[in-house]
Amino acid sequence: MLSRTADHLYWMSRYTERAENLARMLDVTQRMSLLHGGQVDIAGWTAALTIAGCDASYRKMHDKVTPGGVLRHLTFDTENSASIVRCLKAARENAHAVRGTLTSELWETINDTWLRVRESSPSVVDGNNAGDFFEWVKYRSHLSRGVTIGTMLQDEALWFPRLGTYLERADSTARILDVKFHALLPEGSDPDNAGDYYQWSTLLRSASAFEIYRRVYRDRITPRRVAELFILRRDMPRSLHHCLDEVQNLLARIANRHSEETERRVGLLNSSLHYGRIEDIFAEGLHEFLTDFLTRAADLSARIANDFLVPQH
Amino acid sequence: MQATAYDEMSTADGAVRPHYAKFADWLASQPAETLERKREEADLVFHRLGITFAVYGEAEGTERLIPFDQIPRILHAAEWAMLATGLRQRVRALNAFLGDIYHDQEILKAGHIPALQVLQNVQYRPEMQGLDVPGGIYAHIAGVDLVRAGEGEFYVLEDNLRVPSGVSYMLENRRMMMRLFPDLFESHNIAPVEHYPDTLLEVLRTVAPVGISNPTVALLTPGAYNSAYFEHAFLAQQMGVELVEGQDLFVADEQVFMRTTQGPQRVDVIYRRLDDDFLDPLAFRQDSMLGVPGLLSVYRAGRITLANAIGTGVADDKSIYPYVPEMVRFYLGEEPILNNVPTWMLRKPDDLAYALDHLNELVVKEVHGSGGYGMLVGPAATKQEIEDFRKRIVAAPDKYIAQPTLSLSTCPIFVDSGIAPRHIDLRPFVLSGREIRIVPGGLTRVALREGSLVVNSSQGGGTKDTWVLEN
Repeated sequence: MLSRTADHLYWMSRYTERAENLARMLDVTQRMSLLHGGQVDIAGWTAALTIAGCDASYRKMHDKVTPGGVLRHLTFDTENSASIVRCLKAARENAHAVRGTLTSELWETINDTWLRVRESSPSVVDGNNAGDFFEWVKYRSHLSRGVTIGTMLQDEALWFPRLGTYLERADSTARILDVKFHALLPEGSDPDNAGDYYQWSTLLRSASAFEIYRRVYRDRITPRRVAELFILRRDMPRSLHHCLDEVQNLLARIANRHSEETERRVGLLNSSLHYGRIEDIFAEGLHEFLTDFLTRAADLSARIANDFLVPQH
Repeated sequence: MQATAYDEMSTADGAVRPHYAKFADWLASQPAETLERKREEADLVFHRLGITFAVYGEAEGTERLIPFDQIPRILHAAEWAMLATGLRQRVRALNAFLGDIYHDQEILKAGHIPALQVLQNVQYRPEMQGLDVPGGIYAHIAGVDLVRAGEGEFYVLEDNLRVPSGVSYMLENRRMMMRLFPDLFESHNIAPVEHYPDTLLEVLRTVAPVGISNPTVALLTPGAYNSAYFEHAFLAQQMGVELVEGQDLFVADEQVFMRTTQGPQRVDVIYRRLDDDFLDPLAFRQDSMLGVPGLLSVYRAGRITLANAIGTGVADDKSIYPYVPEMVRFYLGEEPILNNVPTWMLRKPDDLAYALDHLNELVVKEVHGSGGYGMLVGPAATKQEIEDFRKRIVAAPDKYIAQPTLSLSTCPIFVDSGIAPRHIDLRPFVLSGREIRIVPGGLTRVALREGSLVVNSSQGGGTKDTWVLEN
């Protein structure tokens, strides 16, 4: 397969996943904000900007952080290249460039998502009504992923999109965890004491993990177990361990003459998740662990681009 | 200009021509609602398949369909046999001319064409001088535009030897007709066209550089924003070759490689749908982001085949066109089978004087223009337009040629009020490899506006399926 084709396939699904994760993250931010009983949770909305990497772009256009401002900036702002609208557009553009490689169902799904979001009014995220929009973005992403798995030929045409999905998801999960733990579990707090039950359950719900938590632990919610679920549980589809398992498998399939070092690094990182213990992670510092993870994930992305795709500039 | 044009389906007194008889009976038996329903179905399918022109045009994300008309343009076997023989002859002569021009230039020495007309032509590429190309073939794919003025009377309007397009519409129109009206294909003996991509691939493989036994072919496109991108993607997919952009290719060790997920892979034949100027920023336009730096040097070393070759434009230029019949006689020792449109070359004082006296009945074209731009259609122009054009001609007569206004034949099409005749042309695609191959028929383009002679899709033309009936 042409490197450029693989690159478009990879970014097509990465941008779709990114839109979904933004929707999930904003959804949890808004829900947590509502839990403050009338008090505007500026810290939560500032954190949303940080997670999305949009502090600078936001402050260029706004004097102060407001829920409405952040929501608009991260959803419908076409000037912000990291907004949901721009992610869906980028996914569509990447799909368009390799339309001949996609099944018509997949092309139509991605094109339709873009056409619909382009036609919808930004006001759908105003007030406290953004939930329906976030739900829609999430379901369109589910649909794209389902159509990808259900219709694409099971060769590189499937593996590169999958690779994009899991690298993006790992990155996103780590970012959300880092920021939310910092807010909900200040340094020195007891990781076995939940404090605000509703905040933790909202975080779980943002990753579709509330029911999973109940089934896995059959016990009350504690920050330690939440972290374990998000980081180490390999059977939890949005956990770091699960994502890295998938990345490792996919890399083994697409391996070429240059990719040995990349495979080694994925294996090394994944083994730390496979054999790691949550106690040790907390002992070393969760923030340090996640920062290190994000750095290594970024290194993997760059190496994959170099080995297989169009190298990043 | 004739009062009434020759109609493909009916004679002047309204009788249906014999080769249209069966179709006319069928048409008369179809209820209007059925035809309307089929038309809607065709639109829907073309939209869904994304068979579009001007992909990603001005308005973002919108794509335009080329209007498709359901009444086929039918040629009978004897007529097509004559055309095919004429096309072979013409394309052979054009390839011989290119080989000659880029080697010994015998035709110039013999005085049949003024040397300056060729050597100072912007389409003449000195880089090609003395270079041998596989099989001596320059124009592997030619799209020769033909029009009919009367019974058995065909004229060549243009020899498109650079990157002719439209063959995907020929193929999709056929597929659509078979889908909409399968019974017609049962009752008529229609020559198939579906093997075009297969034949094209075979031709491309046979012209690989010497010593390459299992060549890798790739199709080079300017990219998704090009108006013919649909066709590029379609042909690549149908042939099972990679659709590459300039950025996918690179030159190393005097070879061309494409970047793949498994590392560099050598390419031997490039079917390029990119103009000469953009092929290699090191050799031609330096600002080209679409080409491959160093491609020309590999080409000159004989380690890559480009189809078509560089520099074919010197043979399809309007200033060279008048000499094509002379080429047929000079290289083949034969009389031309297909007519040239009589052409006045306004650089010649006598021709200029004649043209200036008859502007209201002539078509005047820019020598290097194409696509229906920069052109005066005398009979359809206002006095003011004619006078304005006169000034432009007098200022630079060597930039223009003039031709009589031909009466293009018509074919019936569906219009809002029923069925009405519209002017058409025909672009057959001539493939030259070890031998010349022509898929029967070609692309029939139709001017949708009443009386219009402009069939270009960029100017509102449509298309029809083209049938060659076998005996």
